[in-house]
Amino acid sequence: MLSTAALLANSTPAQLLPARELMAFTLASHILLVPFGVALPFITLLMHHRALRRDDPVALTLARRWSAVMAVQFAIGVITGTVLSFEFGLLWPGMMGRWGDVFGLGFGVEAWAFFLEAVLIAIYLYGWRRLRPWTHFWLAVPLPPAALMGAFGIIAANSWMNTPQGFSLDAQGKPVHVDVQQAVFTPMFGPEYWHFVVAMLLTAGYVVAGVYAVGWLRGRRDRYHRLGFTVPFTVAAILTPVQFMLGDSAARAVFHKQPIKFAAMEIVWKTDTHVPEYMFGRLNSDGTLSGGLKIPQLDSILAGFKPSTRVTGLTSVPAADRPTVVQATIAHWAFDIMVTVGSVLVLLALWYAWCWWRHRDNPRSRWFYRCAALAGAACLVTVECGWITTEVGRQPWIVYNHMRVSEAVTSTRAGSLWAMLGIVMVVYVAVFGAFLAVVLKMRTRWRIADEGSAAARAAPPPEADTPYGPRGEPAAAGAAPDHTPGGTS
Amino acid sequence: MADFIAWVLVIAIAAYACAGGTDYGAGLWDLLAGGAERGKRPRRLIDHAMAPVWEANNVWLIFVLVIMWTGFPTMFQAVFSAMWLPLALAAAGLVLRGAGFALRKPTRRLAQRRIYGAMFAVSSLVTPFFLGAVLGGIASGRVKVGTTASAHAWANGTSVLTGLLAIAATAFLGAVFLFSDARRFGAHDLVDYFRLRALIAFGAVVVLALIGLPVTHDDARYVWDGLTGGWGLLLIILAAVCGLATVLLVLRRSYGWSRYTSVASVALVVGAWGFAQRPYLLPTSLTVAEAAGAAHTLRWLVIVTGIAIVLVGPALVLLYRLDTLGELEELTAADTGAARTPGDNL
Ligand code: HDD
Ligand code: HEM
Ligand code: HEM
Repeated sequence: MLSTAALLANSTPAQLLPARELMAFTLASHILLVPFGVALPFITLLMHHRALRRDDPVALTLARRWSAVMAVQFAIGVITGTVLSFEFGLLWPGMMGRWGDVFGLGFGVEAWAFFLEAVLIAIYLYGWRRLRPWTHFWLAVPLPPAALMGAFGIIAANSWMNTPQGFSLDAQGKPVHVDVQQAVFTPMFGPEYWHFVVAMLLTAGYVVAGVYAVGWLRGRRDRYHRLGFTVPFTVAAILTPVQFMLGDSAARAVFHKQPIKFAAMEIVWKTDTHVPEYMFGRLNSDGTLSGGLKIPQLDSILAGFKPSTRVTGLTSVPAADRPTVVQATIAHWAFDIMVTVGSVLVLLALWYAWCWWRHRDNPRSRWFYRCAALAGAACLVTVECGWITTEVGRQPWIVYNHMRVSEAVTSTRAGSLWAMLGIVMVVYVAVFGAFLAVVLKMRTRWRIADEGSAAARAAPPPEADTPYGPRGEPAAAGAAPDHTPGGTS
Repeated sequence: MADFIAWVLVIAIAAYACAGGTDYGAGLWDLLAGGAERGKRPRRLIDHAMAPVWEANNVWLIFVLVIMWTGFPTMFQAVFSAMWLPLALAAAGLVLRGAGFALRKPTRRLAQRRIYGAMFAVSSLVTPFFLGAVLGGIASGRVKVGTTASAHAWANGTSVLTGLLAIAATAFLGAVFLFSDARRFGAHDLVDYFRLRALIAFGAVVVLALIGLPVTHDDARYVWDGLTGGWGLLLIILAAVCGLATVLLVLRRSYGWSRYTSVASVALVVGAWGFAQRPYLLPTSLTVAEAAGAAHTLRWLVIVTGIAIVLVGPALVLLYRLDTLGELEELTAADTGAARTPGDNL
């Protein structure tokens, strides 16, 4: 038994490494846009609602500008996501062939949710000019729920990979008697889903607020910046403590359902009670630890609320069935960074709450705005770390305890995969770079306009306000007064 | 149940061919629109017509993939293993195309717009070709369970021809739609411009189809027989009728109906291919029944699809309706309060 396992582990196919790197790279890129796909519509709608309710032109400008950014961001999210769907087939045909019908349904939900999202977002983004204001607003209200449905599908699939169930195996090890409800609502689903959704809201909130925090630091202290900062920051600050608690319960769910992953996250080598907690540090191949901060007893207490809690160690399973020491160290660091950032964000949120409680106003300290400006970037890093914890901690399994990554991987030659990885990296760096440049350019245009220097720089003549798009033609023609009966509509 | 899902798959492919195909065709005409000055107006029109709908159109592809892996996992595995390179290239094309299109719009510098435009336009050609080539390879029975990736699977007469046919069909759809969009947006000079192109593209489709008859006769025998007899033939004839009707309507400048007939002709061809393949998913090696996933999953897939049709259908109708009524317009610089910056030259 041990020897076959070791054999399997040793016969790691050469294409495994590039396939993993490719998957990790494309997912890590896609996930940077997801917070905005999931949560930016919600934050924008909050602002939009305020604008309509109080007839507030500043809020309206903010909502419009955010939706102009959303238009570009959504497109990049769509294409990077489409690549992922292809990659399931291109990189992991073994997993899809064997398990596709067990866990694929989540993706079915996801596909339809994205459909709804793509339709609604198009109506929202392009409806500003001609739809009636409240109609326009209400047509966009289903957007956040649709985004949550999309996340539901993805997380259902991912949590199934972490804690697979809803099937039994026949003599050849093929899944039979599939039970879809069980396969969707796996034990990890609940903790993972809520933690994820809140992470997305948090990240979008802090990133958007961060943009205006930077403006504030540069001395732009008008109402526009104040509003642009306060609305998203408040959303994020309220959710930060919630996220802390959700993260804690996610960690305990991992402890119960994926003990080996938990051992990797906390680098527990031997099963024991009274296990200390290590902050950072590196695991050596003999099970010793270098560096790191040791807090006695704490790990057991966190996992089961008392020092006598027994924590499963990495060595409780054969070496071939657990993450390598390097992988365990990676998962551990990723986890610790996530927890650190999460805790620091709680302090930031408390600072904000304190100022509102005492002064009914935003904090005035420059340090607060410096931290707020960093919070967005820190959140993006944390999101990456969370996923690295989840994915690297699951190794060597692609489907926890049921299929190894090496069994799922494509048989395409490693060379082709490395080439593809190279191409994808170049393309993504270019696309993300261009995306960032475009968004920064938009910001510059808005700033120049707001500073009123636009006039000095030759304001565009009125008919040139759409530099493309044939709106220059008589506007009435757009409405096509001479509709042929039974025509286009 | 499996048969039903297989038909859902065919319908989704047809929907993608029509909805996504129109956008690819627009990209092709963007490519052929000539230099910056000469191509400015057609490009504007293409930009304007495509912008609100292309993301929604793209989701059909995701849906196709999801049905494949959930409903027919073995087939998904076989296709993605055998057709590795064309699918990887199609994915690369999808990225460049979407990014090029999305980034071109907010850019105000000619030099940058050129780069993004070229990305968009060239990949609008590459992607449908490779997707078509994959279908051709499947139809000619070159994909079997266990086939490993090799050029043989897609670099052959049938595949290349299907790829070219896919390009021609998208060009046809794109031109027909732009032809009526031109009128809708009041760009009357472009009406004739795209009218001519619609006719040329139709000619190309016909020529390719005629070349295809002998080329595929031996190579893709099973599907060939299916397309020249029974239901397959009937649908092909209907598709031809619709295609000819489109030509007549375009010639007579009937703006509304020509869209429907052009879409119908493409959808019917895909449907005919579905009939021709019956009962196989991968002709002559894997039947629908053999490839089907777990029964319980298929039942749920039907339910999810049903719910989604109820939810997404009306939304999609609303989108297309608002779009054709001209209610959807991009935010302008004036709306968001954006100024020009040094270096803008558009
Ligand atoms: C802003 C983002 C953010 C913040 C502040 C936190 N997390 Fe997190 N975490 C994520 C963003 C995230 C994530 C990226 O969204 C993950 C990846 C997988 C998932 O579902 O959510 C995740 C996963 C994740 C997992 C792995 C679940 C699994 O393996 O299936 C655990 C155990 C935690 N988190 C625990 C925490 C704790 C104890 C935090 C305490 C402060 C914390 N997270 C803050
Ligand atoms: C979106 C955020 C995600 C990120 C950043 C991420 C990150 C990663 C990383 C770093 C790896 C490589 C692990 C290693 O080489 O040790 C990986 C592998 C993988 N992930 Fe994720 N992951 C994400 C979400 C998901 C989701 C939602 C799914 C599926 C539904 C998924 C499926 C996979 C698969 C199939 C692999 C390859 C097999 C493996 O190495 O385990 N990932 N991912
Ligand atoms: C961490 C989990 C993920 C979440 C919550 C998520 C969420 C999203 C969201 C909100 C969008 C809309 C585009 C945007 O605004 O950026 C999107 C696009 C997309 N994602 Fe992801 N994504 C995740 C990971 C994945 C994975 C693993 C796949 C692979 C199957 C995937 C496939 C897609 C596809 C196909 C699209 C394009 C949909 C469209 O055309 O509208 N995503 N994703």
